[in-house]
Amino acid sequence: MSKQESKPARNTKVMNRFDLTSRLVAKLKNEEAVIGGIGNTNFDLWAAGHRPQNFYMLGSMGLAFPIALGVALAQPKRRVFALEGDGSLLMQLGCLSTIATLKPKNLSMIVMDNGIYQITGAQPTPAAAVSDLIAVAIGCGLTNSAWAADEEDFERLVDQSLSASEPTLIGVRIDDKPGTGTTRRDPVQIRERFMLALGVRDAL
Amino acid sequence: MAAADGQVSPNAFNEKAWHEVVLQTLKRNDIRLVPYVPDRVLTTLIKEIHADPFFTTFPTAREEEAVGIVSGAWMGGLRGAVLMQTSGFATLANVLASLAIPYQIPLIMFVSERGTLGEFNYGQSLVCRTMRPVLDSLAMEHHTATRLDEFEFIVDRSIKQAITTQAPVALILSPLLTGGKVFDK
Repeated sequence: MSKQESKPARNTKVMNRFDLTSRLVAKLKNEEAVIGGIGNTNFDLWAAGHRPQNFYMLGSMGLAFPIALGVALAQPKRRVFALEGDGSLLMQLGCLSTIATLKPKNLSMIVMDNGIYQITGAQPTPAAAVSDLIAVAIGCGLTNSAWAADEEDFERLVDQSLSASEPTLIGVRIDDKPGTGTTRRDPVQIRERFMLALGVRDAL
Repeated sequence: MAAADGQVSPNAFNEKAWHEVVLQTLKRNDIRLVPYVPDRVLTTLIKEIHADPFFTTFPTAREEEAVGIVSGAWMGGLRGAVLMQTSGFATLANVLASLAIPYQIPLIMFVSERGTLGEFNYGQSLVCRTMRPVLDSLAMEHHTATRLDEFEFIVDRSIKQAITTQAPVALILSPLLTGGKVFDK
């Protein structure tokens, strides 16, 4: 077996998760829901400034996109963002086909790809050297999928997704830095605050 | 039991098939979102739910994915339930322990029971034995439905309890209720 030494050719800048997450959060003016996948993805979402419309996963690796799909189906008038890591997405690739079939146009997905399981010791994922997750997404039927070339391109793709007629998937290559903060691990409060912020129920 | 003694005859309930009871009880409780991973026993129910515009229903690639979807939908104000078979339930320990239970999400699951009362696949019979120990180890509410005359009561009350107590529930559909899957298929 020959050793893979290079990643698939991508004309994309290596960016930073916290910087990109902060850029996204700064754009949110309409009480958009944001689902943060496990680990660094939601740590950086937390660090970018907690908002009650954020939902932070504390386990269930790979379910950020399915949870976001559920929110998007329940509230078709609200924009829903989902932030997921590459390793997490690899656990649940099938959801890309489900989302492509249902086509919720209010769903914007972002996959943060560093090719490693950063939080467990930076081991490479099985996809790291060989797979292109955006090509996978397109193959699954999510035709509105693209790599962001740099930070400006990322912001442009986020803006475009707001008025897209189909779900959007944005791939960003990121560095190997750990998350910036640590989410307060209080699942009941996270869920209750999220539901209040989504107007689903009233506070006691 | 005779109708003449003033009791309601079980036959009054038996007029509905088990899958009609599921469909009507979901409707009565405003459960509109039904993602599933199919099972032979669930075929008629899945067809009927697809045919009814009240429901949003679709297949998912994994049971775990369906649990994520209905959890998100619940938080967004839309009620859901997941359909699966025994071997699919066996993939869910992590999502139950890390999402449904700690976040107090009323996850409603219908599990078509394979692996018992005439199972022909050794793997199914083995994985079936993990289901109740997993449910019990997580102290989850679960019921095994075996009789049509009790079925509507079990389904309706379990859905209401899940929602009011914000806790998941598994409704196991025994071959005694559904007929199960037989050797020739």
